[in-house]
Amino acid sequence: MIELTVNGKKHTVDVEPEMPLLWVLRDVLDVKGPKFGCGIAQCGACTVHLNGEPVRSCSVPVSAAAGQKVLTIEGLAQRGQLHPVQKAWIDNEVPQCGYCQSGQIMTAVALLARNPSPSDKDIDAAMTNICRCGTYTRIRAAIHAAAKSPKSAKA
Amino acid sequence: MKNVSRREFLKQSAAIGGGLTIGCGPLGVFAQKPDAGVELTAWVVVRPDDAIIIRYARSEMGQGSMTSAPMLVAEELECDWKRVKVEYASANASVKRKRAWGDMASVGSRTIRNSQEYLRKAGATARGMLVAAAAEQWKVPASECSAQNSFITHGPSKRRVSYGKVAEAASKLEPPKDVKLKDPKEWKLIGKPIKRIDIPDTVMGRQRYGIDTQLPGMLYAAIAQCPVFGGKVKAMDSSKVEGRRGIVKVLNMESFVAVVGDNWWRAKEALRDVHIDWDVGANGNASSASLMEFYRSGLDAKEDIAVARKDGDFDQAFGAGAKKLEAEYFTPYLAHSCMEPMGCTAVLKDGKVDVWTSTQNAEASLATAASAAGVPLENVEVHRTQLGGGFGRRGGAQDFVRQGVAIAKAMEGAPVKMLWSREEDTQHDFYRPASLIRMKAALDDSGNPTAWYSRVSATSIFSSLVRLPLKPPLAPAEGVDPQSVASIFDLPHSIPNVRVEYAQRNAYVPVGFWRTVGHSQNPFVRESFMDELAVAAGKDPFEYRRALLQKSPRDLGILEATAKAAGWGKPLASGVFRGIAETEGYGSYTCAVCELSVDKNGEVSIKRLVLGIDPGYAVNPDNILAQMQGSAVFMLTAMFWGEITLREGRVEQSNFHDYRMMRLREMPKVEMVLAPSGGFWGGVGEPGQASIAPAVCNAIFAATGKRVRSLPLKNHGFTLA
Repeated sequence: MIELTVNGKKHTVDVEPEMPLLWVLRDVLDVKGPKFGCGIAQCGACTVHLNGEPVRSCSVPVSAAAGQKVLTIEGLAQRGQLHPVQKAWIDNEVPQCGYCQSGQIMTAVALLARNPSPSDKDIDAAMTNICRCGTYTRIRAAIHAAAKSPKSAKA
Repeated sequence: MKNVSRREFLKQSAAIGGGLTIGCGPLGVFAQKPDAGVELTAWVVVRPDDAIIIRYARSEMGQGSMTSAPMLVAEELECDWKRVKVEYASANASVKRKRAWGDMASVGSRTIRNSQEYLRKAGATARGMLVAAAAEQWKVPASECSAQNSFITHGPSKRRVSYGKVAEAASKLEPPKDVKLKDPKEWKLIGKPIKRIDIPDTVMGRQRYGIDTQLPGMLYAAIAQCPVFGGKVKAMDSSKVEGRRGIVKVLNMESFVAVVGDNWWRAKEALRDVHIDWDVGANGNASSASLMEFYRSGLDAKEDIAVARKDGDFDQAFGAGAKKLEAEYFTPYLAHSCMEPMGCTAVLKDGKVDVWTSTQNAEASLATAASAAGVPLENVEVHRTQLGGGFGRRGGAQDFVRQGVAIAKAMEGAPVKMLWSREEDTQHDFYRPASLIRMKAALDDSGNPTAWYSRVSATSIFSSLVRLPLKPPLAPAEGVDPQSVASIFDLPHSIPNVRVEYAQRNAYVPVGFWRTVGHSQNPFVRESFMDELAVAAGKDPFEYRRALLQKSPRDLGILEATAKAAGWGKPLASGVFRGIAETEGYGSYTCAVCELSVDKNGEVSIKRLVLGIDPGYAVNPDNILAQMQGSAVFMLTAMFWGEITLREGRVEQSNFHDYRMMRLREMPKVEMVLAPSGGFWGGVGEPGQASIAPAVCNAIFAATGKRVRSLPLKNHGFTLA
């Protein structure tokens, strides 16, 4: 039995310790925001926060998340209020197919949490997630917009 | 706010079982109840509370048509766009209602250009019925009434009534025939940057893709296909995984093996421990080199050559030329690499089949499911979801549906979600065909081209995948695949003697439509070679094209508009060079101007990429910009790194570590020149890619003197900074 907190809610799961966190979230807990893209931590579609740090959940065994806090895209909005990064994503019409975007957003939220006004170079270094539709220009613009938003510091 | 109405929409569509949500409705065959509201046409449903449901028949994979197609209906319906909810048309209902929504495929950038007329007419028809119903209620002539923003007003008496109040009465009226469509000058929605309706759900993590399907009692399947295309399972030993936790069944499906389990990870892990002995068939020794030889045989062949175009006498004119050029160009196989790997969830119960899959063509998925299950078309429903990318992979080939339904049939009664690994996805694609092309041209004394020859040797998508005979009107000429010769056989330049030939070389590697298909490779050949001609003539590449396009006003128009916006001819910073290319494709005209520098290590630094497009009418301009930005990423990825190679019959690439995708830090500045000249409807999802590769390669030539005649650029020592 492994205990973990997902989006503020405690769960106990009876799975193999080596089962990747992504598949525990998706297939056991029905948390579908994090997506499967590659399974080898290359694309970032599965990005979630583990104790506030962005991780590629396809390559994190669930045992490494035991007793810890997992945040997914579903837990980002607080009391019905979108996170400033989500708002910037909507204002800048970032997504196309949208499949990679929960990973992109979680990565961007983590970037802004440790660096409230990232430079273009900082964004280049942090945003290594793949977007096949090619929304990179808008991702950059939305991160800059979110950085300017007064609420972003709390992220 | 909009978010609230979206939430309400989701709740309601969940309640009616169709719409955009899945996984929360009851399991079972077509849990769709009639819409709450009144249907006026197949496309328009009006609810008593004035919410307007506009049905959408095709797919949404990021191209934005789920917003722009309903905009066309709403434009003529004169309804309040803020109260519009978009709902997928049911593929099952399409069977029962004799294709009331027409073609359901999102392919070939044709959602708007092929359906704009009937969508606008559907809106105008519904509006006519609503106006007639109000007029009847007021006992006034309909000609004294007008409709705007979901209200009908009687001019003389100023009485007003909302659509919702008269919808019931309107639905009983005969639909008007020959409705008159608005003059483009009167458009209120078309041409405005309207927000994409699916974005809020995506950003909140609520968007549902095929992979997100969740059903009570659902099982999961991971599959392995023969690493050599066309191979079969000779023998299988699953003893190592029998009785393993969560493993329900191991299926020998002849062309693949499926492990069915209680979650996907367990199934996938177990699959590695199933020993499969493959009968690889005749192609176990094939390689990229042997395929190249096969294509080369097409260049040299004297027989079985189809002629796609013949103007004048090429041989005579080439012989008489003052200057002659010959070159060979090659473009490789490419994988689609949709971010969401292929998959399909299906349940077969009581002779009926429910399918949930990310599909570009719900009708094709339905037909495939019916044939795989052996049931009539009416007994199948394909539940719609957003697609995690499509790019042509999820349209023509429905292999994933065939497999998913076959597994469901083997597990009859239980819903099974089949999902491919990324490795399966990369190694079992229907690839953008490789193509080898021989080019020849002759110039006269003043450098003008007098003769042009192209021989294309490539696998035909139409004959190998779609299995359609290569005959006009599908084909430009008997025996010619239109994709293989796209943008070459229809060369718009004034050249008196042109001969374009096609050698069909159908290799064992499966091929399919890939975003921009023939226009993703042939413009690289045509416009690079055109550059070679300009260089040989000692002329400016923009002026050279301009002179040859005088009789093609739309090509000329976008060439000039883009060159002007890019400041063609103006001095550049030291070390920065330009390239240009122009192409028509998918009914739109595009031009690219690239400014770049190349350092001594071959690192290419793109300073500017100016992309011009004339789509005739520009329906949703911000979405066109998004498509152009996306086209730049898709094409730069392909041209710098994209290459599927084969060894011992197998695809050598497997995942993103060896099939490289462009990343954010490599994204250059893209400027769009939107120049809609009106009077026609062109596509926007694909044409943007066409001119990029040649513009970049022509700029690389200007910078280095090195003419790139094959892709990807990594094979020539170039990298993207």
